[in-house]
Amino acid sequence: MKMTAMNGNDAAAAGARMARVQVVAAYPITPQTPIVENLATAIDKGDLKANYINVESEHSALCATVGASLVGARAFTATASAGLALMHEITGVAAGCRQPIVMPVVNRAIPSPWSLWCDHSDIMGERDQGWIQLFAETCQEALDFVILSYRLAEDKRVQLPVMIGIDGFFLSHITEPVAVPSQEQVDAYLPPREPHNLVLDVDNPLAINTLTPPGLFTEIKYQHKQAMENAAVVMGKVFASFAAAFGRKYSVVKKYKTEDADIVFVAMGTMAGTGRDAVDALRSKGHKVGMLRIISFRPFPTEAVQDALKEAEKVIVLDRSAGLGSTPPLALEVSRAVPDKSFTSCVAGLGGRDVTIATYEQALSVTGKTGVNWLDLKEGE
Amino acid sequence: MNKFIGLANGITTCEGCAMETAARHMIEILGPRTIILTPPSCSAILTGFGRETGWTVPSFMSNLEAVAAYGSGVREALDILGKGDVNVVGYAGDGGTLDIGLQALSGAIERGHRLIYICYDNEAYMNTGIQRSSATPAGAWTTTTPGGKRGDRKDIDGMLVAQGIPYLATASASYIDDFRNKVATAMKVDGPSFIHLHSACPTGWRFNPAETYRVGKLAVDCGLWVLYEVVNGKYRVTRKLKSLEPASNYFTAQGRFKHLSRQEIDSLAAQAQEGYYAIVAKEND
Ligand SMILES: Cc1ncc(C[n+]2csc(CCOP(=O)(O)OP(=O)(O)O)c2C)c(N)n1
Ligand code: SF4
Ligand SMILES: [Mg+2]
Repeated sequence: MKMTAMNGNDAAAAGARMARVQVVAAYPITPQTPIVENLATAIDKGDLKANYINVESEHSALCATVGASLVGARAFTATASAGLALMHEITGVAAGCRQPIVMPVVNRAIPSPWSLWCDHSDIMGERDQGWIQLFAETCQEALDFVILSYRLAEDKRVQLPVMIGIDGFFLSHITEPVAVPSQEQVDAYLPPREPHNLVLDVDNPLAINTLTPPGLFTEIKYQHKQAMENAAVVMGKVFASFAAAFGRKYSVVKKYKTEDADIVFVAMGTMAGTGRDAVDALRSKGHKVGMLRIISFRPFPTEAVQDALKEAEKVIVLDRSAGLGSTPPLALEVSRAVPDKSFTSCVAGLGGRDVTIATYEQALSVTGKTGVNWLDLKEGE
Repeated sequence: MNKFIGLANGITTCEGCAMETAARHMIEILGPRTIILTPPSCSAILTGFGRETGWTVPSFMSNLEAVAAYGSGVREALDILGKGDVNVVGYAGDGGTLDIGLQALSGAIERGHRLIYICYDNEAYMNTGIQRSSATPAGAWTTTTPGGKRGDRKDIDGMLVAQGIPYLATASASYIDDFRNKVATAMKVDGPSFIHLHSACPTGWRFNPAETYRVGKLAVDCGLWVLYEVVNGKYRVTRKLKSLEPASNYFTAQGRFKHLSRQEIDSLAAQAQEGYYAIVAKEND
């Protein structure tokens, strides 16, 4: 397989190109902008046979993407931060109308105050909208996840949109070697979309997204819930078929030295890589620690998390969003999955602040402290 | 030729609803190879409720501000899928068009998608219970302008012409042949088209539902609602008036103007006449 140096944004765009998306509607926002530039160029040069819609806002970007998907096209968009917040009304429509859209979210803090830099507050605001949410850690995953997400999203049993979290700058603008599959391989893995169910087709007319009375609404939502449950099963099959086709194995969580660990850190995205280095550093000082990275945040892999943490005495979750007013979102999920463990909730890496080995050391030092522990906080600032 | 019936009978709009009547004619002209987008508004009633729909063509209930944005995606996808012959039509109210949907509309027009956007203008937010919009005429009562609206309506047509839209027309549900012709013209436009349809609303304008046709017609005959089209910037008045009916007849026919004094009505009537002659002058430009 050909190795190419690529950053996370270009890798995601390459994934979209190889998935042969047919309509792209997107609006630039740092740090996602290179994805849309990349695709606009590919379409302009004829490398990708698709229509590019230069929408005037992210709200329209997602509407146009949903519109394109509704008539059966494979549709793509990407956004970040304020752009995702502007889409919020339509993320509900995309999921509720069960459209298999794939959308990288190049994670950037939600204002205020304004920040250009990474945290997960943008994507966490969408966590209950009914999308599948995967978090990439490497440029390779940025490419692979786009391709496999279409396979997952378009599966008859699923029919749900997918957000792929790509940490702003830490992944979007970091260059790594990426194994780029051939177009033939991708075509064999991902055939053209066959639209199901909610499709606008003049030969088979349907009224979609009409006003729905209380007597029907719950059942339609229930179908959506079932689709999310199906997604958990289908995701396993999609990872397996992806491994068979491309030789790279993924799963809903990624474990590092968890088997014999007394204490396990849990995090998502690029900070999990730092976490693995921290584990090695801390183990050399005699701490039996491990690292658990959550890849699928929605559906949340409760059983896989329970399994990974079954030997651990203590769990320390590092959230990259503040979760004000309660426990932050990842900590909430993990503590629910393993309610009997000694549990520590930490917040780190907001608005682009580096998460370092020292951050994990500090997390270890607050083990057992109740409440939400803010790490790397500068007292007196 | 058999008439194409695109909209079922027995739909739950109000008695005397011009929006519904116009929709029947619109879909008959557009034909079966049409996809209709309606936002939350009275036109959403046509798209349906629960398990029922009014349209025999595919339809989608969009978000209020987003008919033109969804339409852009539908159009571009149809084109790449080799279904370029299918009409993509938005049927949206004045609120969804002139207010909250203006950005998406302007964007779609600037990009040049082949979209037919028909704004039925009932001059307020009716579906939410008669609140003012930027299309509400000066002086009109609504629940959010209880003392009558101050200031005139937004000149959406002038704005879109200034933007360079290839085809724009005004129409009235009371001059249905003129409307039908304009829908047929819009279907041939290789780009965006906009039809601004005056749509009398007995519920919101406070008149007897039996009077819908007459009230709508009065607006045109008084010169208040000028019927014209603009093709690539060139104006053509499609209904020229030999003489204008007194506009006061229009105002006094509706409960929403009943708080106005004689003087106020006369002043609005005078403005209406000026408006008519201003459009006629554009034709001669
Ligand atoms: C984002 C959003 N804001 C508000 C509403 C509530 N709403 C529904 S219909 C409507 C008024 C629409 O007015 P108009 O477009 O003139 O259509 P009409 O009801 O008069 O037919 C409003 C404000 C909504 N559906 N969505
Ligand atoms: S409120 Fe007016 S526009 Fe709406 S359905 Fe009733 S008559 Fe028609
Ligand atoms: Mg209205």
